[in-house]
Amino acid sequence: MTAPGVAERLTSLVGALRAHGMRIGTGETVDAAQAVAALGLADRELLREGLAATLLHGTVQRQVFDPVFDLYFPRGVGGPETEPADREDLRERLSAALAAGDVVMMGQLAAEAVDGFGGYGTSPGSEGWSSHQTLDRLRPQTLLARVRENVRARNGSSGFADRLLDDEIRRRIETFRRQVAVEARRRIAEQRDRDELARRAVATTPDRVDFLYAGKLQLAELRRTVQPLARKLATRLAARRRRASRGSIDLRRTLRGSLSTGGVPMKPVLRRRRPMRPELVLLCDVSGSVSGFSDFTMLLVQALHDQFSKVRVFAFVNRLDEVTRLLDHGAADPEGLGARIRAEATLTGWHGSSDYGVALGEFAERYGDAVGPRTTVFVLGDARTNMSDPNLTSVRQVAERARRVYWLNPEPHAQWGTGDSAAPEYAELVEMHECRNARQLGALVARLLPV
Amino acid sequence: MSSGPIRAELEAPLLFTSVDDVSARLAATGYLASPAVATTVFLADRLGKPLLVEGPAGVGKTELAKAVAEVADARLVRLQCYEGVDESRALYEWNHAKQLLRISAGRDETWDETRTDIFSEEFLLTRPLLTAIRGDDPKVLLIDETDKADVEVEGLLLEVLSDFQVTVPELGTITATRRPFVVLTSNASRELSEALRRRCLFLHIGFPEEELERRIVRLKVPGLDEALAGSVVRVVGAMRAMDLRKVPSVAETIDWARTLLALGADTLGETVVRDTLGVLLKHQDDVLKAAAKLDVDAV
Repeated sequence: MTAPGVAERLTSLVGALRAHGMRIGTGETVDAAQAVAALGLADRELLREGLAATLLHGTVQRQVFDPVFDLYFPRGVGGPETEPADREDLRERLSAALAAGDVVMMGQLAAEAVDGFGGYGTSPGSEGWSSHQTLDRLRPQTLLARVRENVRARNGSSGFADRLLDDEIRRRIETFRRQVAVEARRRIAEQRDRDELARRAVATTPDRVDFLYAGKLQLAELRRTVQPLARKLATRLAARRRRASRGSIDLRRTLRGSLSTGGVPMKPVLRRRRPMRPELVLLCDVSGSVSGFSDFTMLLVQALHDQFSKVRVFAFVNRLDEVTRLLDHGAADPEGLGARIRAEATLTGWHGSSDYGVALGEFAERYGDAVGPRTTVFVLGDARTNMSDPNLTSVRQVAERARRVYWLNPEPHAQWGTGDSAAPEYAELVEMHECRNARQLGALVARLLPV
Repeated sequence: MSSGPIRAELEAPLLFTSVDDVSARLAATGYLASPAVATTVFLADRLGKPLLVEGPAGVGKTELAKAVAEVADARLVRLQCYEGVDESRALYEWNHAKQLLRISAGRDETWDETRTDIFSEEFLLTRPLLTAIRGDDPKVLLIDETDKADVEVEGLLLEVLSDFQVTVPELGTITATRRPFVVLTSNASRELSEALRRRCLFLHIGFPEEELERRIVRLKVPGLDEALAGSVVRVVGAMRAMDLRKVPSVAETIDWARTLLALGADTLGETVVRDTLGVLLKHQDDVLKAAAKLDVDAV
């Protein structure tokens, strides 16, 4: 039904996607092959959409799928036919394409650019193609002014929307940078093992990115997943609460329901219990090393705030301060959260490195009344005390007073207790969980949050 | 590389001949489809699988089902999901009141006669899922906001969507003679189960490209000046790049274009934008933020 090479290529594509944690069954692979048969191989973009429709199950998977697809079904083979262009000429043509917003032309120029400026190494085995080097030589970001003039000259001033021009051009330049990266990866794939490259050179979905190693862009992307994740968790908690309801029969509603069965009460209706709203206290280490993790968790818990009667959030480095008001719903701007906390709360004393012992001691002393028998406490941090006293007494004190205490540690389990980590000591007193990425956090929060 | 028909059983005539055919015929009903949408609709028809559509509110998920129904000249059967929707709302229900009337009307009948009579078609209230698989006329089944329904309903859907049959204990199994074109929509407020996703083709409808959105605006608001439509789409595009609580969707773009038309504005100016921002943005802090970014003073 399909050409012989295609089936093999399709299965290795599926293999690469599975290596990125997607669960794709044989049934879906067969569907994908049928899609290939129905669509044909003539139009690459149709093929891409067809395979995405049959193989993927969610929106986040798309950003892994696209680069992998580009590797297995490349746009072409080898470099462009044209002579290597000189830099100024290429920049000139690029600025024209950017001004027109012509994505196809930009793609062709990306191929020329990688061909002309991206190659490095001469001996076989060490040569390669670099998107970084290409962009470094071409410097598309410096074209902004030229493109702006170009656009203005072409259609004159279009009034109000003109003030958006700079941002639009920046976005187009960003598109071009991505095209260069795709092109460079395609050229590398021609030389090296494609399967290997698909596994390593394609970034994984944001919910699997390690908090501790996430870059600035990835953290921003993670923040955008807070709201949907919170919504999902909220429905799950509500469902759990509903299921947990049992007890006496609500006579009025049972009789009302029995009218449709001729007065025979076939379905007893139970009285709804008043939901008990638990209280939540968060203690977050916001020192540089783990701030990405605690920012994300704070936002998540704040987004869940209407599930709880009271949420109080405390931040610490080596001193501790309450930051609940900084997280106020709506007023919070997630981008600057970390900076705002560090600017407005007193978190450091004499030095700038984190000290769990002092901070936890201060919590037990100053905010001890925040913890009661209905309170669940979450401690977020890597438990690295910089060699100072872990102050186990205060932790025990808090643990005795609270309903539950959980510690979420963004470090992999194997690193607990290495160096200055006091994780094993704390783990004896409170329940400690490894929480390295958004996926783990989502699962933990769903399991641990009190109903 | 042509191949024979892929679907063996439950043959319904194919609706579309090619992806271009999908785009053209959907466009004729007033639905402008992106290549991704057209390809997936084509495949759903070819492979005979349900289509699961996700995406932000107001990008035309439900409209797609309506457009397909119009193209196929089919009846649109709609199951609106909500929390607590159950078998008797989704599948079928016996009309108890009518059955009671029937029993009391026929006093001197034997019980056997009555029993066979009250469990017949006449007393069956068909709900959307059963309606969709009965009868020979073409149908499009729209299961709207699937994520709002409880997990148990998903189990019900699995049976209906994989075999296209429903078992009513008193009547026996009812199998579809003609498979309906099924569209499920979801706002992703709850993760649908993997089993359900596996049975469907997945389509994510995002915000359209600038060019496509301009065509949509021109189609839906025909009186609008072409240059103004271009500016409207550019401003909305810029807002989507901002970090807002609720970014404007296609529905809001069209509303805004209609508002501008009603106000008789022929170009976008500071005053007009400031006065009508509320059409696009639904939160006060979003309005303030967008106004600051666009350099207009909000009130």
